[in-house]
Amino acid sequence: MLKFILKRLLQAIPVLLIVITITFALIHAAPGGPFSAERAVPPEVIEALNAQYNLDDPAYVQYFIYLKNIVRGDFGPSFKYTGRSVTEIIAAGMPVTFELGFYAIMIALTLGISAGVIASLKPNTIQDYIPMSLAMTGICLPTFVLGPMMVLVFAIWLDWLPVSGWGYIPGDKILPALTLGFAYAAYIARLSRGGMLEILSQDFIRTARAKGLKTATIVTRHALRGGMQPVVSFMGPALAGLLSGSFVVETIFQIPGMGRYFVQAAFNRDYTLILGTTVFFASLIILFNLLADIVTVWLNPRLRDNSNSGN
Amino acid sequence: MSLLSVKDLHIHFHTRNGLVKAVNGVNFELNKGETLGIVGESGSGKTVCCYSLLGLLPSPPARIESGSASFEGKDLLHMPEEELRDIRGNRIAMIFQDPMTSLNPYMKLGAQLIEPLTIHSDISKDEARKRAIAAMQEVGIPEPERRIDCYPHEFSGGMRQRVMIAMALVTEPDILIADEPTTALDVTVQAQILDLIKKLQDKHDIAVIFISHDLGVIAGCADKIIVMHQGDIVESGTTDEIFYKTSHDYTKKLLNAIPTSGKPAAASLDTNKGQEPFFSIDQLQTNYDIRDGSFFGNGKKEIHKAVDNVSLELVEGETLGLVGESGCGKSTIAKSIMRLVNISSGKITLDGKTISSLEGEELKRARGDFQMVFQDPYASLNPRMTVYDSLAEALNTQSNIDKSALLDRVVNLMTDVGLPAQAIRKYPHEFSGGQRQRIAIARALALQPRLLIADEPVSALDVTIQAQILDLLLKLIQKYRITMIFISHDLSVVRYLTDRTAVMYQGKIVEYGETEEIFNKPKHKYTQALLSAIPIADPDKERSRERIIFSPE
Repeated sequence: MLKFILKRLLQAIPVLLIVITITFALIHAAPGGPFSAERAVPPEVIEALNAQYNLDDPAYVQYFIYLKNIVRGDFGPSFKYTGRSVTEIIAAGMPVTFELGFYAIMIALTLGISAGVIASLKPNTIQDYIPMSLAMTGICLPTFVLGPMMVLVFAIWLDWLPVSGWGYIPGDKILPALTLGFAYAAYIARLSRGGMLEILSQDFIRTARAKGLKTATIVTRHALRGGMQPVVSFMGPALAGLLSGSFVVETIFQIPGMGRYFVQAAFNRDYTLILGTTVFFASLIILFNLLADIVTVWLNPRLRDNSNSGN
Repeated sequence: MSLLSVKDLHIHFHTRNGLVKAVNGVNFELNKGETLGIVGESGSGKTVCCYSLLGLLPSPPARIESGSASFEGKDLLHMPEEELRDIRGNRIAMIFQDPMTSLNPYMKLGAQLIEPLTIHSDISKDEARKRAIAAMQEVGIPEPERRIDCYPHEFSGGMRQRVMIAMALVTEPDILIADEPTTALDVTVQAQILDLIKKLQDKHDIAVIFISHDLGVIAGCADKIIVMHQGDIVESGTTDEIFYKTSHDYTKKLLNAIPTSGKPAAASLDTNKGQEPFFSIDQLQTNYDIRDGSFFGNGKKEIHKAVDNVSLELVEGETLGLVGESGCGKSTIAKSIMRLVNISSGKITLDGKTISSLEGEELKRARGDFQMVFQDPYASLNPRMTVYDSLAEALNTQSNIDKSALLDRVVNLMTDVGLPAQAIRKYPHEFSGGQRQRIAIARALALQPRLLIADEPVSALDVTIQAQILDLLLKLIQKYRITMIFISHDLSVVRYLTDRTAVMYQGKIVEYGETEEIFNKPKHKYTQALLSAIPIADPDKERSRERIIFSPE
């Protein structure tokens, strides 16, 4: 297992390198630069700025300087937010995004697994159709529609919760977390239903019933562990997608998280900030997928015993 | 009053494709300590009948239309769910056919074993664990204190079935329902499990309902028998009545369907000693790598010799039986010949050509000469291809035939295996198991192979169908003068069909010779043990015989 983890971490290095290279090439290929602005700036100033940030060097030189700095753990200064380094910006925005993501994933897991399990117990009946239609709606509704709808209903009409903000007024974290979590809850519901249906049709569930166990015990003790495997494999990409995709929700609810910087950086041609956040998110994706794989192996004793030979 | 009395039981399945009458009026009585055998082929309703007693049938579509099952004066069929839960797994326990899938792979054995105790009585976990260890001891699992913390996949099939039995009997039930408990096991393991059930039954005075398709198994253990066919009881009586005073035609058909040992093999064998062998395996060795298992293991490789220095020679037209228990390497030999696994050393020649060293195009062309029929006709045909597509594909791999000639060939193949030519546009799921195996045989014969390997071709089929498929195979290999290697764990089938037999044990051939010779005068201890384990469909012989236990060294 240790060997497996080490191997996967080593595999991450070329992946990150490819991500950096592609991102670097793309942002440099895009028209404009960090200091293009609507109002005219004297060419001398631009030149001085370019020299200061090595932007007058050929692209490959910039690329290698950037790589050299990254190895030292230095993501460089932001081009737009003068005086702040990329590391500082990530450090400021990330806790907020993480907190939002954590609430959202908890909501998604709770809603999704319960809906999926309930649906799987009586497939093709009303008990299956209702949660699954809700899940379908959740998948179809984009967050930028669901978010404002929730604001309209819960904040404006019912006046139960604040319209926006993050930690200013009690309860202002509920709507964003729900909005972000709901789409993932829908996916998780569908995956749990599928996984549970698969497990519930197995012979050992019949054995459990023949022992005289209650349905609730059969579900929690015998079926859930195996039935959750599709959900666990989904959690890796889901967590990563949730964090990097939170910018819509952050924008709707005016949350000072990482997602907004990510998008703004692209518009501003803030080269270092784009690269920094991309590398950061890419590392997170790799890490979450690795974690999901480890949990999958840990959940299944049969895999545990040949996790070495498989890789 | 009897312990369990089932009266006029009718069960129907209300499916989308219409009504299926699975059980039509079943009656039986079961007394304390008695064994009732229920015999029938797949679809006869024997399992449905027993599942209904414990409320294990999926409903819908299943519905109990009428009848009663009185257990200690209470009707099991019309009891509230909570009340039935108290009985199931406590007073009436059940063991199932496939021990490989009937235990929860995610839970330790201990947790599964104590469950019946903890839910049916107010017993502490420690006490339950002690009882579970005692139960494991009783079913003959060595080192139960250590192995109670193992997961099911660390156990062999026979050991898992022992665990299932321990789990069923840990609450000391009055009735044990055993649904084909030995069908998935090797013949020697089957003998051990049957002896174990018998021993525990006598010791604890348990009544057993034994469901099986195998009259040999039933003959040895049942006091009385009911024979079921398509939901009806066609005959019932004491074991001796059923076997010695058979009255119903269907029972007779079942009894006659068992290939009786001693029938003269049809293929004649001229063993010219000087003759160059038509097919030979010379010192074949096939190894598998096994890696070190544990969670934080070091991944060190170990070599498992699946086939260990095996040599065989066949003359043209001969049929060789390859017998042995699961894991003995018999299927690995087949895969080695078919070039489906890489061999480690040795040489395989067919009609003067060394097929073990062929590569690329040459191998592809030669493949037509050696073909294989697989065990499971349900899984070995592509469900998305019509019969015509499957057969035409086989024909097209070797030569380009024009469309009308192709159709002729496919129709000929179908006629050869006894299927109507109109059926070629159908998909596999529209055929029965026996018919599918016929298609699989047709597919193997499409390229007119010289050598046919049949890997347990009838073990997934009902007995009456088995006989038909075996006769078909025999007819075809004679007609086309095909040399055949017939792999089976069923010794009576091998005796019926083959000229010579090779007995395998742990990758090696321990005995090899003329089939009749081996069956009449087995020399090797292992062969003797294997032969003594075969259940015989004759209650008198079955009750009186002794089994030879083989222990290597």
